[in-house]
Amino acid sequence: MTLKDGVPGDAFKIQDIGDSDLKQRLMTMGLVPGTKITVLRSAPFGDPMAIGVRSYNLALRREDAAKIKVQKVG
Amino acid sequence: MSTLAIALTGNPNTGKSTIFNQLTGARQKIGNWPGVTVDKKVGYLNYKDRAISVVDLPGTYSINARSPEEEIVIDFLMNNKMDVVVDVVDSSNIERNLFLTVQLLEKGIHLLVDLNMQDEAKRRGMNVDARKLEDILGMPVVETVGRSHESIRKLLDVFTTTVMDQYQPSEIIQNHIQHVEELRQSGKPQETIEEEIIAARYALIDTIVEQAVTVKNLGPTRSEKIDSYLANGILAPVIFLLILYGVFQITFTWIGQPIADALDDLISGPVTEGAAAFLESVGVAEWLQSLIVDGIIAGVGAVLTFVPLIFILFFCLSFLDGTGYMARVAFITDPLMRRLGLTGKGVMPLMMGFGCGVPAIMGARALDSEKDRMTSILITPFLTCGAKLPIMALFAAMFFPDNAANVVFLMYIIGVVMAVVMAKIFGATMFKDKGSTFLLELPPYRMPDMKTVLLETWDKGKGYLVKAGTIIFVASVFIWFLSNYNMSGPTEEMSESFLAGLGGAICTIFTFHGFDTWEAGAAIISGILAKETVVSTIGVLYGVSDIDADEAAEEAETFLNSGMGAAFTSLSAFSFMVFSQLYTPCVTALGTIKKEAGGWKWMGFSAIYMFAVAWLVSLLIYQIGSLMGF
Repeated sequence: MTLKDGVPGDAFKIQDIGDSDLKQRLMTMGLVPGTKITVLRSAPFGDPMAIGVRSYNLALRREDAAKIKVQKVG
Repeated sequence: MSTLAIALTGNPNTGKSTIFNQLTGARQKIGNWPGVTVDKKVGYLNYKDRAISVVDLPGTYSINARSPEEEIVIDFLMNNKMDVVVDVVDSSNIERNLFLTVQLLEKGIHLLVDLNMQDEAKRRGMNVDARKLEDILGMPVVETVGRSHESIRKLLDVFTTTVMDQYQPSEIIQNHIQHVEELRQSGKPQETIEEEIIAARYALIDTIVEQAVTVKNLGPTRSEKIDSYLANGILAPVIFLLILYGVFQITFTWIGQPIADALDDLISGPVTEGAAAFLESVGVAEWLQSLIVDGIIAGVGAVLTFVPLIFILFFCLSFLDGTGYMARVAFITDPLMRRLGLTGKGVMPLMMGFGCGVPAIMGARALDSEKDRMTSILITPFLTCGAKLPIMALFAAMFFPDNAANVVFLMYIIGVVMAVVMAKIFGATMFKDKGSTFLLELPPYRMPDMKTVLLETWDKGKGYLVKAGTIIFVASVFIWFLSNYNMSGPTEEMSESFLAGLGGAICTIFTFHGFDTWEAGAAIISGILAKETVVSTIGVLYGVSDIDADEAAEEAETFLNSGMGAAFTSLSAFSFMVFSQLYTPCVTALGTIKKEAGGWKWMGFSAIYMFAVAWLVSLLIYQIGSLMGF
């Protein structure tokens, strides 16, 4: 599955970031394969979404989240 | 006294600016890095017989030289020998912060690591062992809690006693550097190499954190609890609108406007009368009296009265930004802004546009993509800045006395709608193939440091004061000259002046707009120098002295009897208001556009397209209005 389908409360492990213009920026911000992330919430209209990663919170758009392959944990 | 050169680096939202401001106070110089539009901040202080200079490098997440900020950080550190390079780290967010630390160490830069926000980390159940971190990195580590006096003193003591050359990167770091070097030599595609290096850095960071950081999970953080209201569900936009309303009330009703009114009374009353009496008594030539009183004091004074409004608005926005709320505004408005061809991150600069377009255009720097930045720069001047407001207030009071407030509000809406329409058009044409990105840290909510908020307010607002002293000063003299002279010298009749001639020449293009008088034409020309002068020019032309747009309702009467009432109908006045709302930005804004958008081309484009849009929209309003029998 991809991060796009995450709902608040979900905990994931990143499998693959997927190619995009944002790839290196996402990785720089700490999203590398193996990193654990949690889905925190969606903005009022469902997009963008907020995730918790490496003890900080990051907002990204769902279309970018759709490229990030994740695996459910815990 | 010996000197000490300090450079501060670190991620955004680490309290780095607060430390810089607490260290140096008002002894700062804010300039520009050569060739780019990024602020260069240098501050000075003396401590224990050392003359210390502190450079506040831009806050960045990395130094991949992807942005001008990142390029500056690495260029500066590679080319300048600093006594101490401080890496300010947010302890509560240490994993991501260490990325920059590791990257800097790879470059051979020795760092003093400042574990800032220790209090916040503790509250979140995190404990960072500073001594262990020191061992792992081989670099000195100091712990601080941001703006406390002890922390600043502690930092200064460390600055003055630490000899950076004593420290060498640990074996772990040296091994990592070697590993990165091997990856670079691997001959794989550049992109793959970069990604592998990023992964290697985080692998190192994971090891460091495992050894030096312990975490107790204390459940949702305070910020997350706040976010469940401020950034969640239907309540979020409602709260945002309430806060927005509050900011505008504070600026235009509760605090800003009363101060502005008092200042205006002072300038148009005692200052003007005092100056006139003084000049009279010392026997200054009449033309010079007129220049100083009617030209300079009236012109510069008109601008000074907006200063409180601008400063209060910027104070509110800087304060909100300091709390972390502006990131939430970007978060909750992004879907809407995106549909309009913009980005949520652009909301803050656009809000500044209701104060003054100049810092608003500069604020577009913070946007990620070229498309978002350019669009924001090009549409910002459509908004009703503090200088356009008096035009709207005066005309609304004169020609729509029963609905003045609604008509002014309608002008704000027209400005916003045109900004949105043009953003859509630019998005579909000029920037069609350019993507927009959105990746935003949501920092923890914090009580902003007042010193930092005030310095930021001053930094954004001072441009307006500078403008009053320079462009408005020159423009006032220029307009005074144009309206008092013609080819044969001084003229008593303004209708025979240069300004009348110019106004008459331009007004023919407004034949179908209902305001083809030379007075209107002259006001429009002067508005390109500065919008503030539109009302004062009209006042001078119709022979109304002491214009006070803030008490527009009372002034309106005077104006109506002055011949201006006959020159405009309600419809043509409305059309003129719309034109003023939308046309070519003032020269200060144009200069900023040239700097920020990169060249004369964009400046010229802004000037012309906005004039064209204004001309067309106000024409349509007048013609359709006429057909409908208004």
